Amino acid sequence: MTAVLELRAATRTHGTGPTAVHALRGVDLVVRPGELVAVMGPSGSGKSSLLMLAGGLDASTSGEVLVEGVPLSGLDPAGLASLRRRAVGYVFQELNLLPALTAAENVALPLELDGVPGRAARELALRALDEVELAPAARRFPDELSGGEQQRVAIARALVGDRRLLLADEPTGALDSVTGEAVLELLRARVDAGAAAVLVTHEARHAAWADRVVFLRDGRLVDEARSAVGWTA
Amino acid sequence: MSVKHALLALLCEGPRYGYELKAAFEARTGDAWPLNVGQVYTTLARLERDGHVERDSEDVDGHVHYRLTDAGRRETRAWWDSEVTREAPPRDELAIKLALALTVPGVDVRDVLQRQRTATVRALQTHTRRRARLTSAQRDGTAPAGAGTTAAVLVLESLIFAAEAEVRWLDHCEARLLRTADPNGARP
Ligand SMILES: Nc1ncnc2c1ncn2[C@@H]1O[C@H](COP(=O)(O)OP(=O)(O)OP(=O)(O)O)[C@@H](O)[C@H]1O
Ligand SMILES: [Mg+2]
Repeated sequence: MTAVLELRAATRTHGTGPTAVHALRGVDLVVRPGELVAVMGPSGSGKSSLLMLAGGLDASTSGEVLVEGVPLSGLDPAGLASLRRRAVGYVFQELNLLPALTAAENVALPLELDGVPGRAARELALRALDEVELAPAARRFPDELSGGEQQRVAIARALVGDRRLLLADEPTGALDSVTGEAVLELLRARVDAGAAAVLVTHEARHAAWADRVVFLRDGRLVDEARSAVGWTA
Repeated sequence: MSVKHALLALLCEGPRYGYELKAAFEARTGDAWPLNVGQVYTTLARLERDGHVERDSEDVDGHVHYRLTDAGRRETRAWWDSEVTREAPPRDELAIKLALALTVPGVDVRDVLQRQRTATVRALQTHTRRRARLTSAQRDGTAPAGAGTTAAVLVLESLIFAAEAEVRWLDHCEARLLRTADPNGARP
């Protein structure tokens, strides 16, 4: 089965010479359909950098990133943008909801940008909001929502449509523990239905929902945890 | 903790034989601490010696049932009425190991921390999966009736919170180590 995401010796260096910052150093990672991988590591260890490369939002300095077998370095900006919209759902560490759009419009936006007719996009958006239990807030603007509610809108936006690769950077940050677990359950369900996901988190209790937990230190993957016990008896 | 009080508490529900006690203990506690049957019988023998239980009838299969005495009932009551002591915690191997790793020369503390972090996260994954099995059985109505499943879920969640706290403490140790990378202390 083709990996949904593959990093081959992915390296990201900011700047050059003695002041260069090595955000990622030769990271190898394969994520297959039906797999949820959590990334843990201290602040500054390169977790967000890894997700940026995986989502095609930033380019590796060396090495290669493939999404569904397609090397991102071979795509022109338009091709990259289209792949991002079609295949990748992204929850950023800073939620960037557009303040001038309602919750539903924010969620529908990536679909509309990809040519889904307005009405169909709205319907899908409402369904995604319903999954995060925010359907009643569909017509509200981001500044009319609590931090946790905004976070759930951002999650709905990442889940909307049929994305094969879900990338989430601390998606449970502003959520209380029960809502946080609910988001994890949702992510888990999407993955069990065939998506692939990478979750960056500081919270071990959330990382434990993953099939594998990988640990970053100073831009390198140093270890991996994988329980022998399965999800079903 | 000895299993003594747990067995007394289970016998409050009525007479049981050794294997039944083992099975009931494990079901209520999410299979988190498997008991061997030998341990159960040793404990029952001690409880009988102390007058807390006595032998009841034998069933057709020859199982010896044990039943609570009045003294046993009082002992159980005293257990419910007292708190679990936390002031003098048992020796914590991990804390001791890290304290020594920090002070004995030639140990890479970050490696020790990472190895433990991986192990604890793996345990956390295991608890999380066991809990998911129980909660989905509860949802599908395939879980055995009674409060046993909820009790088992709560025990697993206790392990989940404890493991999470341990990972947080390990992260905290590492952050503190990096900040205080003094030449005489540990090497980061
Ligand atoms: N645009 C940039 N220019 C220079 N350095 C950068 C840039 N982006 C990230 N870095 C550096 O790269 C390293 C990794 O950053 P990254 O954001 O991936 O960390 P992180 O693991 O996500 O941390 P956190 O847990 O705090 O979010 C850090 O040292 C950071 O300062
Ligand atoms: Mg980050």
